Amino acid sequence: MTTEQIEQLLLNTTGQSHQLSLDGYGVMNLQLKVNQLFGVLLQLYKDPELEFHFLTDLCGIHYPDRKDEELCVVYHVHSMKLRTRLRLKVYVPIEKPEVPSVTGIYGSANWMERETYDFFGIQFVGHPNLRRILNMDEMEAFPLRKEFPLEDPMREDKADFHFGR
Amino acid sequence: MKTNQEFIAGLEAFEKPEIPYTTLNLGPTHPATHGIFQNVLQLDGERIVTGEQTVGYIHRAFEKIAERRPFYQITPLTDRLNYCSAPINNMGWHLTVEKLLGIAVPKRVDYMRVMVMELARVADHIICNSILGVDTGALTGFTYVYQWREFIYEIYEEICGARLTTNMGRVGGFERDFNPIVFEKTRKFLKEFPPVWREFESLLTRNRIFMDRTIDTGAITTERALNYGFTGPNLRACGLDYDLRAVEPYCSYEDFQFDVPVGTTGDTYDRFLVRNEEIWQSLRIIEQAMLKIESMDPIYHADADHYYLPPKQEVYRNMEALIYHFKIIMGEIEAPVGEVYHAVEGANGELGYYLISDGGRSPYRLHFRRPCFIYYQAYPEMVRGQLLSDAIVVMSSLNVIAGELDA
Repeated sequence: MTTEQIEQLLLNTTGQSHQLSLDGYGVMNLQLKVNQLFGVLLQLYKDPELEFHFLTDLCGIHYPDRKDEELCVVYHVHSMKLRTRLRLKVYVPIEKPEVPSVTGIYGSANWMERETYDFFGIQFVGHPNLRRILNMDEMEAFPLRKEFPLEDPMREDKADFHFGR
Repeated sequence: MKTNQEFIAGLEAFEKPEIPYTTLNLGPTHPATHGIFQNVLQLDGERIVTGEQTVGYIHRAFEKIAERRPFYQITPLTDRLNYCSAPINNMGWHLTVEKLLGIAVPKRVDYMRVMVMELARVADHIICNSILGVDTGALTGFTYVYQWREFIYEIYEEICGARLTTNMGRVGGFERDFNPIVFEKTRKFLKEFPPVWREFESLLTRNRIFMDRTIDTGAITTERALNYGFTGPNLRACGLDYDLRAVEPYCSYEDFQFDVPVGTTGDTYDRFLVRNEEIWQSLRIIEQAMLKIESMDPIYHADADHYYLPPKQEVYRNMEALIYHFKIIMGEIEAPVGEVYHAVEGANGELGYYLISDGGRSPYRLHFRRPCFIYYQAYPEMVRGQLLSDAIVVMSSLNVIAGELDA
């Protein structure tokens, strides 16, 4: 199924137009607003022609330089019927990192959302048990955010400059 | 008419069982959990009412560490995910980076990788299935087949010098060609391992005690398994023929003849049978791969000067090679800006690498899709209402590897 056909199906069912784009590696990408996310995922799941029944992966990304969209949540959903992967992204500001939980659609999202909360501090609204999972409960920082230092911050040989940034 | 207080008191009396449930901490360092993770079980006598898992005891922040490492230094991190089949993780990572950099790898390298990955799959399934035997009380089979896992490690040793955490190969191919001992040993393995495995199967497959312990324990339906994100042998045991090697062939798997075994009920016994059959299919693939490798010209890496280290002799004699060597070691390669998701069929499920590159020397963000982290969520549902001894068997048959669980 081509991107146009999926766009058309989504337009028919959600009443909003969505722009899918193919990246250089042949994966379909779809960028969504936070309030559209749950509805679109539910349609992707329910639509008998699409059947995106499998949530492959869910993770967060931190872009400190993007104003008001510092945190990103990436969903990889998979349709075994179409043999297609689809990558959905939502961006949220770091002051109010709230994303609706998709545990109601995909049971596997439970721990993946907990992991994303654990490392990025993204609040998944509606999650049944949003606690830290890999780090200890007493931890206060969100360690995969870019400002959290991996090494001793005084070390100059590990500065960003040496990694081409 | 009851007053409100009477009603609440009645509810409380209803909720409190006459004998309170026993809380049992299974783990974190219980020998039967095969790794450091904890299950807090609520028991009614010997039956499990609820359970909750605590994970993260060996979390080592690989995703954070990877953000400060050149691509080739991330390979040893991937070893430590599923350490029972480290070469699959290594190859998966190389394939991901090659996809990002756009390196085309010669067919022979693909076949060499397939051979290594299938050996790793056999080793992993040997561990999982023989330990399942141990957990049901049959130690003999385990000690008998483990020498063949040891033998596979000897083959790894000939290929890369390491045994458990292999750090095998490079981006673009292998560091050296397979030596004749590799083929000799693999041929010996293909000849002498099948009778041993047949014997092992005959010990357990139709064994009354083993069948009673495993049939209908830890069963899960296909719908629930999909919802919980099952992949690999655990999903195939439920009857869904989803195998990445067949549906999304990577690394030239389309050139090989093999079957994808599926189960029916998704219980522990089916998982055992599916893994057994996968071993036979892997042996078929190894045999085909060996024939292909031996009949081709001895090319063992891609022609990618910017990413693949030049031969050592050249580095000492040739200025250009010296420069490339230095640049590659310092991580100064031209990585394009982009993001890649690449998945391989790991021994216990779909092992995915989500790599985001901003053009720097190290990944901007790297996420590992670890199969057992995702499907281990289903564990309380699978053991609910079963006996405590079944909990051990179910955990063992799920093939949960602590290193991969916690990354």
